[in-house]
Amino acid sequence: MKIVVTSLGSTLDSPMDPRFGRAAKFVLFDDESQSFEVIENTQYLNAAQGAGLQAAEIVSRAGADCVLTGHCGPKALKALTAAGIRVYSGVDATVKEAIKRFQDGRLVEAKSADFPSHSF
Amino acid sequence: MKIAIASGKGGTGKTTLAVNLAMIVPEEVVLLDCDVEEPNCHVFLPPQLDLSRPVSVLVPVVDRDRCVACGACSRFCEFHAIADLDTGPLLFAELCHSCGGCVRVCPTGALSETTREIGTIEEGWAGRVRVVQGRLRITEAASSPLIRAVKKRGPAEWLTLIDCPPGTSCPVITALQGADFAILVTEPTPFGLHDLRLAVETVRTLGIPFGVVINRARSGYPRIYDYCETERIPILLEIPDSREVAEAYSKGRSALEALPLLRDGLKQLYQRVRVRVRVNQERKQAICIASRASDQAARSTRRLPNQSRC
Repeated sequence: MKIVVTSLGSTLDSPMDPRFGRAAKFVLFDDESQSFEVIENTQYLNAAQGAGLQAAEIVSRAGADCVLTGHCGPKALKALTAAGIRVYSGVDATVKEAIKRFQDGRLVEAKSADFPSHSF
Repeated sequence: MKIAIASGKGGTGKTTLAVNLAMIVPEEVVLLDCDVEEPNCHVFLPPQLDLSRPVSVLVPVVDRDRCVACGACSRFCEFHAIADLDTGPLLFAELCHSCGGCVRVCPTGALSETTREIGTIEEGWAGRVRVVQGRLRITEAASSPLIRAVKKRGPAEWLTLIDCPPGTSCPVITALQGADFAILVTEPTPFGLHDLRLAVETVRTLGIPFGVVINRARSGYPRIYDYCETERIPILLEIPDSREVAEAYSKGRSALEALPLLRDGLKQLYQRVRVRVRVNQERKQAICIASRASDQAARSTRRLPNQSRC
């Protein structure tokens, strides 16, 4: 299974980025091979709006099965759900700790947005 | 003639001015309430509604059988109204600006357009004033298409008063576009001045002649007058800070009822606006004639494309 964690840095010890759409980076962790890769989100940071949707597209193309993040807005959540990706929001830890909590079944799946839309 | 009543700050008295102006002008007048998120001209001028119809915009729909998930539509959309997911495109109709570009770029013809209702237009007579208002559907984010629909109503030869939404963003620009004159309503407070500056910048950018009305005028904040003087902005009218006007407002009654003297002030305001519009039109014509003459002069010495700049 491929787990995406929004991250401020490029290692498993980096603190998570609480934002989904405007996250600095995505850490894509593969729990079968226990390896990870870092996907940059930088080119999307300057968009006035639609950052959440673009981030959802990146995560979807990366083949993620679930996303661990701090906050996820309604459009990003809708897009991720449509792409069959489960979202766990409200997580505030290092990337490694977030993955551990997820694997231990301590995270609850987000069914509705925890953040209002930013459009207009 | 089209006169827009606008302001940077909300609650300065746009509707009060628009409604009371509509009540005193001698000619046939249509009042367009373009504050479609919360139209309230009808509170002071309740119209006998004789027309109500929905307003729709075009949005794309996808035929999943024809879609090959190439992502062309998503890449084209400047507003990210189409997400390009592993599972194919996902449409966010509320972000769509109805340009139709996605339908054109789709290589397999999987996209077509359908309509989506965004609000209603209502109109009717309130005495001799024709009142038209847009009412945006609740949860709709973009009001500009509805404002454009409202602005198409009313005979062009009538005096048209446009009650704009507050602020300086897209809906305000949409409401202001095409106006012959903008009346910027403000109040003598630091907030009023701050937002007046923004409104002035907006109408200057749009090239619309304008003047200021100071509502709830009282002594104690001279900076707004200093600003208008420095920027050479005419103060067209001052409406005094009056408890009677506020009480009338709270009961849905016009300011004129509470302050009959206002009638003379409004009449003068209207005359001043008319003069300014006429002067501006004559100036435009003069520039037009001058540029035509200079084109002709230039054409006689060297070849120039035969076109006027007006």
